Amino acid sequence: MADPQCRPGNASHEQIHLTAVDEFLAWGKEHSLFYLLFATACCGIELMQAGGPRYDIDRLGMIPRATPRQADLMIVAGTITHKMAERVKLLWDQMTEPRWVVSMGSCANSGGPFSKWSYSVLNGIDKYVPVDVYIPGCPPRPEALIDGVMALRERVRLYRTTGQRTKTPHVVAGIEPAFGAHHEKPEQKT
Amino acid sequence: MTALAAEPVAARMRQRTPSIEARTTENGQPFLFVAPADLVLLLTLLRDDEDLRFDALMDLTAYDLLKYPAKAPSDAICAVWLLWSHVHRHELMVQTHAARSDCRLPTTSGVWPAAIYFEREVFDLYGVHFDGHPDLRRIMCPQDWVGHPLRKDYVYPATYHGVSHLRDGQHFESQPAREAR
Ligand code: SF4
Repeated sequence: MADPQCRPGNASHEQIHLTAVDEFLAWGKEHSLFYLLFATACCGIELMQAGGPRYDIDRLGMIPRATPRQADLMIVAGTITHKMAERVKLLWDQMTEPRWVVSMGSCANSGGPFSKWSYSVLNGIDKYVPVDVYIPGCPPRPEALIDGVMALRERVRLYRTTGQRTKTPHVVAGIEPAFGAHHEKPEQKT
Repeated sequence: MTALAAEPVAARMRQRTPSIEARTTENGQPFLFVAPADLVLLLTLLRDDEDLRFDALMDLTAYDLLKYPAKAPSDAICAVWLLWSHVHRHELMVQTHAARSDCRLPTTSGVWPAAIYFEREVFDLYGVHFDGHPDLRRIMCPQDWVGHPLRKDYVYPATYHGVSHLRDGQHFESQPAREAR
């Protein structure tokens, strides 16, 4: 036994971690999904909230980027009109491969509350760009967004290690409130 | 904030703009109704009059009188100016009609520059052409959009740039069902 002061893991021979380079890069990519700073409606507020201190999406390595050229991931958060959809497509075109798209909220999924009575709202961004993860909700809670991101990370790792890209989109299921029932409705003060 | 009584203003302006009328909306709000020919002169007078001084255009909007539940049926487009005086702290509404077939009004952007954007909006959504406007383009819909969406007889487009407005298996309600609402 060497120095008893030396805690496990600190000894020089224990700091070496052997791995394949591909796996290491995949791990790095998976944990640094930079997303495009882009939101169009109320879901965008929820996206900002996911970046706030309570949910802190930064801890997943998700840093917003102001230009599509530096972004891996586009979170389409909010209502997309026909006019906007062509801009979304333009942004998507400017992102580098491999690019990922998360459709956040009913509007981006299918037109949401506007799907039937609006002349201007696009009924689903998947008509313009391929979507990897759908998150239902109006708006989805930040937990749902994080759930979607976790599902996406699985895909990113799979793609980075095996080169296979899952074709069928993932749909996030209903989300339990993370902080208990009080999260759903405010406490009654009498 | 007080809405100005329309009758005294109308009496005062009648000399210069004879088509002026003091009216009230269904919910009792007074407004001035004027023919398009007198519109710009009236608004200029309202802006420059010492006792009125409507120095701000709060809003310029429009509504379609087709199928409008009013007593006198009409198919005109009604344009509405909402004026506000920072000096006297009172407000006033001015309305005029543009015929549906030849939908033209004189521009009021010379009276308040704020009207430039408002008139583009009214042009985009109601198809009112403002004669003399410096830059009358669509402001909300794409430039190549067909039709003016807030008109009551607007027909929903089926596609835009080849992209359908509907999801698979979805269809717009038939016209009679929509009219029954
Ligand atoms: S899905 Fe709901 S919350 Fe999200 S952008 Fe649409 S209307 Fe707003």
